[in-house]
Order: sequence, then structure tokens, then C-alpha cells
Amino acid sequence: MTTTTIEPSTKPSVELGTPGQARGQLTPLARIAVHILLIIGSFLVLLPFLVMLLVSLMPKEVILTREFDWQLISLRNYFEIFEVVPFGRFYWNSLFVAISTTLIQIITASLAAFAFARLRFRGRDALFLVYLATLMIPFQVTMIPNFILIRYLSWYDTYQALILPSAFSVFSTFLMRQYFMGVPLDLDEAARMDGAGSLRIWAQVIMPLAGPVLATLAIFNFQASWNDFLWPLVITNSQNMRTIPVGLSSFQGEFNTEWHLLMTGSVIALLPILIVYIIGQNWFVRGIAFSGMGGR
Amino acid sequence: MTSHVQTSSARSSASTRRNPWRWRPDQQWEAYLFLLPSLLGFVVFVALPVVISLLLSFADWNLLTSPEWVGWANYRQLLMRDPVFWRVVRNTAYFMVAIVPLQLLLGLMLATALNQAIRGALIYRVIYFMPVVTTIVAGAIVFGFLLNRDFGIISQWIWWLGRATGLPIAPPDFLNSTTWSKPAVVLLTLWKNTGFTMVIYLAALQGVPQELYDAAEVDGASYWQRFLRVTVPLISPTTFFLLIIQMIGAFQLFTEAYTMTRGGPAQSTLTVVYYIYQNAFEFGRMGKASAVAWFLFIFIFLFTLLQTQMQRRWVYYETES
Repeated sequence: MTTTTIEPSTKPSVELGTPGQARGQLTPLARIAVHILLIIGSFLVLLPFLVMLLVSLMPKEVILTREFDWQLISLRNYFEIFEVVPFGRFYWNSLFVAISTTLIQIITASLAAFAFARLRFRGRDALFLVYLATLMIPFQVTMIPNFILIRYLSWYDTYQALILPSAFSVFSTFLMRQYFMGVPLDLDEAARMDGAGSLRIWAQVIMPLAGPVLATLAIFNFQASWNDFLWPLVITNSQNMRTIPVGLSSFQGEFNTEWHLLMTGSVIALLPILIVYIIGQNWFVRGIAFSGMGGR
Repeated sequence: MTSHVQTSSARSSASTRRNPWRWRPDQQWEAYLFLLPSLLGFVVFVALPVVISLLLSFADWNLLTSPEWVGWANYRQLLMRDPVFWRVVRNTAYFMVAIVPLQLLLGLMLATALNQAIRGALIYRVIYFMPVVTTIVAGAIVFGFLLNRDFGIISQWIWWLGRATGLPIAPPDFLNSTTWSKPAVVLLTLWKNTGFTMVIYLAALQGVPQELYDAAEVDGASYWQRFLRVTVPLISPTTFFLLIIQMIGAFQLFTEAYTMTRGGPAQSTLTVVYYIYQNAFEFGRMGKASAVAWFLFIFIFLFTLLQTQMQRRWVYYETES
């Protein structure tokens, strides 16, 4: 059930086969060359992570004296930073906002997508076109009115402000509608024959079949919300409401030469998402590549 | 891909029995109930803001006094009398020209390498994709460190290169130089996004039928000929798709510049989106900021349109032949 009725010609399918399918055999020499290049590349990509980790484990003075010694490694910076910056609070905010945004988005988008794909009502096509038309409009256009609206509602610096404006995704609705269109109509009709109403068909026929698309969208949206920067920057100002990226950024502004603390903060900010990524890397890669086009 | 055929035939057999596009009175209200939550959010947070933003762009408002209608003044001022606007447009163009081709090239190279039958391809993919899930802020902090003239590793390498070759090469003070601040932002963006390009290309490469390579090999085509004459045309739809996505991404560049250089030094890394942010949330000029946002929309729209027109010349669709 990997059906997506997105035009096959313009959007690449992101079904990753087994890595390492042969495309012509490489000579042993070429194989070694490819490995060397890939290893150098990997080193360059990993370098920022390694430097971050190493500096975070070193006492402050080492950066200036450059007298590196394995025996200097300690977790002191980590204890120090939790006294200066409420990273625990940032974690909680990010987690709460990302989970709420993702859940609300999946529920509202799948309900709407079900109506667009399965129910017959007046004005359906026109309304769907209006939805689609807004996909072209960048977030920065609607950001300012949203900011004004949030202030008008006195929601500035609250969870509602962080969650609600990004919880209704036209793109998710569109993607799910396309997916639902690919589920055979006979299934609905059989269920209706057995006396099921629309809500039941949504919950027990369509949604269970939409597992893959729900999973990729959920991962993509969670990750996008977790890493979102501009909106949380604009709509929060107290330390207590900061999400991880914005919290880290204001910390960067405050301690801009305290490298040992900045690196420690970066490691703390990255650790959870990197662990989750490495555990579920295949889902992450698919989810982000599959929905990446609508996410910015 | 094969499932397309099955599902579309299943759908057409169902639609001959009952046209799914005709409305049914008994589903009218039900459908609106299903739509309600989404529609409510859509109207409040998307549709209305689009209209308000358009109206705002013709007004002057600092959120404190009441808004004042100024007609085309914001747009006229941006086009005629605002050198900073043109600077941010130029900066954004620089980023686009530097980032997009490099990223496509690097992504394709990596994907091609990973598409060979080599050991550990999965591990490489995990590594190269890692920055994509990384918070940009952390990336910006660590790149600021790596590029630091006094103790950054990249600067050390440049010193070392200078000594080894005997050439007068010295590392620039990247983040404090108006010439080198842009390449620094480009470097961060490449590190962050190349993994995404690579994964999309990898999927495209795996979709190229093996028979075509076999046929080309029988005809005596060398590896490079096969790559240029078979691979490149067959993955051109993906190249087109990535080109559009990344151009839009480059137009919207903000976080990288904000976290790395705060738009400086001397506005050298100020981008269009940064200018929107500055006007709206630092200077309190909501009308002008909205006008810049609409310029951004127009730029993106025109560029996408232009690329779509030009694609006929170089994008190859298998379905057409």
C-alpha cells in the first residue's frame, strides 16, 4: 500500500530500495577511491558534531591554551550550564509544542482530506482549489497578520500562540487527500453496506490504511516543529516559553564568547533529536524527503 | 509505482457505477462537519492573514497608533528610495547563485557514490543526512567556532595550507568580514541541506532501469557517457524539482543568517526575509514589512513560473515518449 497519486512525473517517489544496488560493476581500485572520498566527506560532515562534543567535555581554558589532554575530560560544563539556562524547560516546551502541533495537524488534516476525497458536497472543488492556491504563498506573508492576531487575542508568549498557527496545514491536507483518493472506493461502499457512517469509515477503514502516509507526515511535522525558528522567535519573549532552537539562540547572544558553554548547550539541544533520528533513521529519511517540499 | 495502475483502474470501475464528483444532499452537512476544524484554522490562520497582509502592505502601521492608508507608497519607496532593500535582494541572489548549484552538484555526487554496490552505504547515508535533522542554531554556533580566526580548525587548515605551499594565504576573519561572511553562511547551509538533496537524488537514481545501462554498455558507452547520456536525462525531473525547492529555500533564507552573523557585518548577510523580520519586529513597520513579504511572493512566483517554462528545454519525462 504505497500508493500516492501525486503526479509521478514531477514529484520523485521516495521509495529507497536497498542501498548498494549495482549500477555497473566497479573495479576494486575505483571502489577504494569511492570509499576514500565518502570517508573524507563523512569526516567533514561529522566534524562539527565531534568538535561540539569535544569542546563541551573540556574545561574552559583548554580552548585558549590548546593544551589538549584526554584526562581533562569531564561533565563539569553540563552541570554548570543547567544552572545558567533552563534547558529542561526548553525541552519540555519543544516537546509539548511539537507533539500538540503534530497531533492537531494530523487529525484536522485527515478529517478534511476525507471530506475532500470521499464525500460529495456542493463547492468541494472550489474550496479545494482555494486550499491549493495558498500553498504557493510563503509563510512570511501570513506571519505578520498572525502576529497581530495573536497579540489581539492576548496570546502573545503562550503555548496557543506557538501551536495553533502552525497546526492547520494545507500541505498535509493535500497530501492525505491524494493518498485517500488512491484507496479503492469499494472499501467505503462495503462498509456503508454494513451500516457504517462516515465517521466510522474515516476511523476504521481509511485511517488504518493510511498508516505509511500518517507516519511520514507525523515525523516530518514533528521534526519541522521541533526545529522551527522564526515563528517561536517572533511570538515568545520570556525564557519560560522558549523552545530549544530559540532558547539556544538567545543563550548564544548572551554568552557569545563562552565557547565551552555554547558547545555544551548545542550538544544538549541536539542530543534528543539525534538519538531519535539514529534509532528510526529510515523513517526519518523517508518522512523528510517525502514531505520536504511543503515544509518550508 | 506499479500500484498507480491498479488503484486508478479500481477507481475508474467504481466511478462508472456512481460519479464520485456529484454532490449528494445527505452528505452536505456531514462534509462540512468533517471540514470544520480544518476550515476554521485555515480561515483564521491562512486565508484571512493573506488578505490582511495584502491590505497592510498598502498601509502604514506601527501597532501603537491607528493604521493609515498610504496606497502604493510602501512599494514605491522600496523600489525607488530604499538602498537597503536592493542590498538584501542582491544578498539573497548571491546566496541563491552560490548555494543552489553547489548543493545540486554535491548531492548528485554523493548519491551517485552511494548508489554503487559498496559496503556501508547505509552508514554513509545516516551520516550525510544527520545535519538535516539538526537544529540550525547549533550548527551556526559550531561553525562560528570552526571559522574563528584565532582557534578555529578551518582557519588552522588555511594557515597550514599557506605554510605548506609557501603562498601568502591567511585565513580571513570570516564572520567579521563583509566579503567572507556570505561564504560562511553558504558553508553552513551546504552542510545543513546537502543530505536532503542526496537522499532525493538517491531515490531517483534507483529508479533508473538497469536495462538502459546494459544497453548503453553493449553499445560501447564508457562510464562517463552512460552517466551523461543515460543518468542525467533520466533524473532531470528530479533535478527540476530540487531546483525549484532549493530556489524557494534560498529566497527564504533567514535562520542561517540570523544565528550566524545577525545579518552583519554591515548588512552583508541581510536577506529578504531578514528584512521582513527587521521591519516588522525591530522597527515596528508592519506595512513596509508586508510589502517586502509580497515582493518575496512575487519573486518566488516569477522564478517558479520561469523555471516551469524553461523546463521543456531540458527536463526529460519518460511518459511523453
